[in-house]
Amino acid sequence: MAEKKIGEVILDVKNISLSFGGVKALTDISFNVREHEIRAIIGPNGAGKSSMLNCINGVYQPQQGEITFRGQHFKHMNSRQVAEMGVARTFQNLALFKGMSVLDNIMTGRNLHMKSNLFLQALRWGPAEREETAQREKVERIIDFLEIQAYRKTPVGRLPYGLQKRVDLGRALAMEPQVLLLDEPMAGMNVEEKQDMCRFILDVNDEFGTTIVLIEHDMGVVMDISDRVVVLDYGKKIGDGAPDEVRQNEDVIRAYLGTSH
Amino acid sequence: MGFFLETLIGGLMAGMLYSLIALGFVLIYKASGVFNFAQGAMVLFAALAMARFAEWIPQWTGVQSPLLANLAAFVLAMLVMIVVAWSIEKLALSRLVNQEGVTLLMATLGITYFLDGLGQTLFGNDIYKIDVGMPKDPVIVAESLFQGGILVSKEDLYAALIAAALVILLALFFQKTATGRALRAVADDHQAAQSIGIPLSTIWIIVWSVAGFVALVAGIIWGSKLGVQFSLSLVALKALPVVILGGLTSVPGAIIGGLIIGVGEKLSEIYIGPMLGGGIEIWFAYVLALAFLLFRPQGLFGEKIIDRV
Repeated sequence: MAEKKIGEVILDVKNISLSFGGVKALTDISFNVREHEIRAIIGPNGAGKSSMLNCINGVYQPQQGEITFRGQHFKHMNSRQVAEMGVARTFQNLALFKGMSVLDNIMTGRNLHMKSNLFLQALRWGPAEREETAQREKVERIIDFLEIQAYRKTPVGRLPYGLQKRVDLGRALAMEPQVLLLDEPMAGMNVEEKQDMCRFILDVNDEFGTTIVLIEHDMGVVMDISDRVVVLDYGKKIGDGAPDEVRQNEDVIRAYLGTSH
Repeated sequence: MGFFLETLIGGLMAGMLYSLIALGFVLIYKASGVFNFAQGAMVLFAALAMARFAEWIPQWTGVQSPLLANLAAFVLAMLVMIVVAWSIEKLALSRLVNQEGVTLLMATLGITYFLDGLGQTLFGNDIYKIDVGMPKDPVIVAESLFQGGILVSKEDLYAALIAAALVILLALFFQKTATGRALRAVADDHQAAQSIGIPLSTIWIIVWSVAGFVALVAGIIWGSKLGVQFSLSLVALKALPVVILGGLTSVPGAIIGGLIIGVGEKLSEIYIGPMLGGGIEIWFAYVLALAFLLFRPQGLFGEKIIDRV
């Protein structure tokens, strides 16, 4: 991989524990994410990967621990606040606005960048009108980038799965996030679609310098594109480091391949 | 022929009034996925506010012109509806984010009873009248074509025009503005909308205010026709079959559904009524809705729900 300028720690997760009733989803997890890097969270099914992402995104509120984002400490996050701080996410089970066109879906991602307030926009007052045009330009660039020009006006619900995943990414990109959280961006895709998605993730990271945190359970893909990897199993952290280090880690091998008893 | 046309036109106009109420249901459903049982109560509440303010304002300020008093009452009533929207969001909905549709439906059922009571506590429970100067006298048109011409109620005609204007306005709002887009986004998926930073609470206040506005317009039109009293909240029941017919997710559906039911009621009463001993008008809409539920549950224009297995 080409030389990259990985910066300071931007997101620091400390001693996070999360449980649902008696079920411990996460136990004492700590790791950090540096600026401009691609950081993967991997682990077998049910390891707590999505729970971790949901804690960062503010969907779940951990019982213990602390999250530091750009020097600010949080006991727990709040979805909207997180979005305002420049963290975007995609969803494992697509959460697109199905009845709306591809264009409209991605336009919603620009919501935070619209300065005139919702009430003025409702009236399409002069400045709000001009703003809409300006935002549209940005969105068109994202559509070009993701190569979905042909589907601009198609309702998202009618697109094949792989393309829907792309729109999901597009909507997150429209927020111009500093940190992008991707929840299994390649789940359920065929090899070709996976390659496309990898290319987009690398390009986003390269061109916009976006920090990326991604979840995958497919080891192969992750090892190829990420800079550092956290491995979770049964809600505990069992490995953390560069892909090659992690690959050699005894615990990780055991978690993935099982052991003889 | 003249008589048939007269019935038809009467039906269309009655239908437009049903549509107006149905529109309130569809709006909230489209924008927040909530079936708002309280729409009828909101119509009553808005109409009560309007009627009483129009009565009180001349007493408070000594304004003599009925036009000014009505305008001021309209603005005040709208403000009251915005406060209602805001309170509903703060007290009920904000605690129910990401809940099942049924839970939200039950919440609106509670809101219905609360609003019914509150409205009558604040504004009284007599029969009040709203007089916004709608002409009551009918006109006779097409006299040269048919003997005796066709009798058209001017009041209904104005009501139909107002309803049509309202629908066009709302359609533009939903399809062409950034706010409309945010509303549709919230309706589709709360969580995703939050993750891209759409403020759920603001959106909900806007939706309920718009529904309040529609309720106010419907309340004024129905109120000036029938008088403002508790039974006004029951006209919402008439709108249920309209919504089923037109589809819960379609604004044009609400309009066309209303027209079909309005016309169907009147025509069946006149032409089939005598054979069955009359009274068809009362149950026609519900039987039609039942048939639709059996054969086309998504309504004429609703989205067909297909689940991936």
